[in-house]
Amino acid sequence: MTGYERPVLSVKHLNKQYGRGCLKCVNKASLLKNYCPSCGTVYACQDISFDVHPGEVVGIVGESGSGKSTLMKCLYFDQEVTDGEAYISVYENGEKNLFQQSAQQKRYIRNNVMGKVYQNPLLGLKMDFSSIGNIAEKLISAGNRHVKMMESRGIELLDKVNIPVHRRKEAPKKFSGGMQQRVQIAKALSNNPPLLLLDEVTTGLDLSVQASVLDLIKELQRELNISIVLVSHDLSVIRMLADRTFVMLEGKVIEEGLTDQILEDPQASYTQQLVHSML
Amino acid sequence: MNKAYNFAFFDEGSKREIRRATLKAIAIPGYQVPFASREMPIGRGWGTGGLQLTLSLIGKNDVLKVIDQGSDESVNAVSIKKLVSDTTGVVATEHTCDATLIQSRHRIPEVPLTKEQILVLQVPIPEPLRFFEPSEHETKKLHAEKEYSGAWLMLFEQIMNYGTMTTDADHPVMVQDRYVMAPSPIPRFDNTKMDHCKALILLGAGREKKVYAVPPYTKVVSLAFDDYPFKGESFENKHCRLCGADDVFLDELIDEEIGESYYLCNDTSYCLEMINEKKLAGVK
Ligand SMILES: Nc1ncnc2c1ncn2[C@@H]1O[C@H](COP(=O)(O)OP(=O)(O)OP(=O)(O)O)[C@@H](O)[C@H]1O
Ligand SMILES: [Mg+2]
Ligand SMILES: [Zn+2]
Repeated sequence: MTGYERPVLSVKHLNKQYGRGCLKCVNKASLLKNYCPSCGTVYACQDISFDVHPGEVVGIVGESGSGKSTLMKCLYFDQEVTDGEAYISVYENGEKNLFQQSAQQKRYIRNNVMGKVYQNPLLGLKMDFSSIGNIAEKLISAGNRHVKMMESRGIELLDKVNIPVHRRKEAPKKFSGGMQQRVQIAKALSNNPPLLLLDEVTTGLDLSVQASVLDLIKELQRELNISIVLVSHDLSVIRMLADRTFVMLEGKVIEEGLTDQILEDPQASYTQQLVHSML
Repeated sequence: MNKAYNFAFFDEGSKREIRRATLKAIAIPGYQVPFASREMPIGRGWGTGGLQLTLSLIGKNDVLKVIDQGSDESVNAVSIKKLVSDTTGVVATEHTCDATLIQSRHRIPEVPLTKEQILVLQVPIPEPLRFFEPSEHETKKLHAEKEYSGAWLMLFEQIMNYGTMTTDADHPVMVQDRYVMAPSPIPRFDNTKMDHCKALILLGAGREKKVYAVPPYTKVVSLAFDDYPFKGESFENKHCRLCGADDVFLDELIDEEIGESYYLCNDTSYCLEMINEKKLAGVK
C-alpha cells in the first residue's frame, strides 16, 4: 500500500444538500432517509471525508440515490458544495480548498489535473463534434493552441482505448455505447491528470462490453499509475478495480476499508445484504 | 419627407434607448448588449438590427451609404436607403469617402474608413459560440469567464474535416484581448480591416436583439492556432476585369462565351471610382 505518501486528493466534511432546509431538519434527526418531509430538502451528501493516495483506486458503492453521483459532481465542480473542503496535492501544493477557488481557477483544475467519465456520455461528450475534437476540447481548454500536437495526442489516446484511428473524425453519436465510454476515457486522460473520476462508467452496457471497458481501465491504471475514484452501484465492478471501498447509504458513508476486507467481512447490515446479494 | 412619421421613424424615446445600449456597447468593446429590438416595416432578418442603429444615430447633416454584399444597388440596400431618406430627408451617396454613416451587410468597404465615419454592420447571429453551446444562459457564463475553448474547438473541427480553417465569413475575432466576437458574415479578407480601424464600428442583430461595437483604434485579432495562422482569402495573380484592382476582395464569375472564369471587384462603388479615376487620368 501507498498509505504513507501524501494523498493526491483529500476530501474533508463534504456536505451537499438540494434545498434550503428548515427548522425541523436542521439537526437532520427527522429526516426520512436523506429527505426532509416538511421542506423537501434532500441531504444528498453528509459529512463525507476520504483520501485518495497516489496510484490508488478508491471505490464508492451504494444503492440508487445514496449520493454517489452528487459526490462526483461536487468534486468536478459540476455542482457547488453546500460546505466542505477538498485538496489536490498538485494544485497550490495541496494547501488551497478547491471549493473556494474562483470559477476560472476551478476550470483550470478541471482541465489540468482531473479527468471525468460520466455515466451518461451525453454529459461528457459533444455528440455532434468529431471524436478527436472531443479530446482536443480538453487540450484546448488547458491552453493548447497547436493543431498538430493535439491531433497526434488524440490519435495516440484513441489507439490506447482501442478505437480504430481511422474513425477519429466520426462523431460519437455514431458510436456504440461502449465506444462512447472509450472516447470519454481518452478525453479524460488527455492532459495526463493525476486523478480520474469515473461515475458508473459501465452501467447500461452489455456484459461483454462492460468487461472490456473494465479491462481497459485496469490496464490504463497500471500503465499510468493514475489515482481513480470509481463510483458504482455494482459491487462486482468495485471488486474488480478498487483497492479500498467506501459504502454509502442515504448520503452517508457507513463503512470503509480494504475492498477484500469489506467483501469477506462486511460489518454494517446494509453492506452484508449488498455482499450477499452479489454471491 | 413623409410627415406621418417621426424624424428617423422612431420616437425620440426609442432612439434614446437604442443609443444607450450602443453607448454601453462602445464602453465594453466586443460585448453583446441586449436591446429592445423594435418592429420595423421590413422583415426581421433583412437588416433590422443595423437599420435600428442607423435610425437612432442619423442626424440631418449626415450622408448615408448603404451596401448589401458590396453593392449599393441591390433591392435590399435600395429599400433601406428609401426608408431612411423618406423619414429623415438625408441624402444617400455611393462614395464611401463622402459618407458619414455607412450601413453594410457582409462587407467592409475597400476605401479605408476615417475617424469621421461610423460603420454599421448587419448581424444575423451575434453569438460566436452558438454552434458550440446552444444555451444563451451558458454562453453568457462563458463570456463572463473568458472561456473561449469552444471557439477554438470549432476551428479545430474545420481543420480536421477540411484541412484548413474554412470559415468563409464570420471568422471569430478577439476584441481588445477580452471578448470573442462574431464580426458578422464579412469575408475573412475584411477581418483585418477591423483591427485598429479609425471609424467606429457598430454591429446590430435585430432578431437576436443585440448590439455590440468595435470602437476606433481597437485591437481586433482573428482567432488562429500556432501552426495554422489566420489567412484572409487570397486573390494572388488575379485582378478586376473592369478596373484592374488586385488588392481588393474579388468575385469570381464565369464568362459563358469562352467558358473561363474572370474576376470583378465585389465593392462595386469602389470599382466605379477606380474606373472614373483612370478615365480622368487618361483625359489629362
Ligand atoms: N439536481 C438535484 N436536485 C434535487 N435533488 C437531487 C438532484 N440531484 C440528485 N438529487 C437527489 O440527491 C440524492 C442523491 O442522488 P445521486 O444522483 O447522487 O445518487 P446516486 O447514488 O448517484 O444514485 P444512482 O445509483 O441512481 O446514480 C437523491 O435523493 C436524488 O434524488
Ligand atoms: Mg449516480
Ligand atoms: Zn426541512
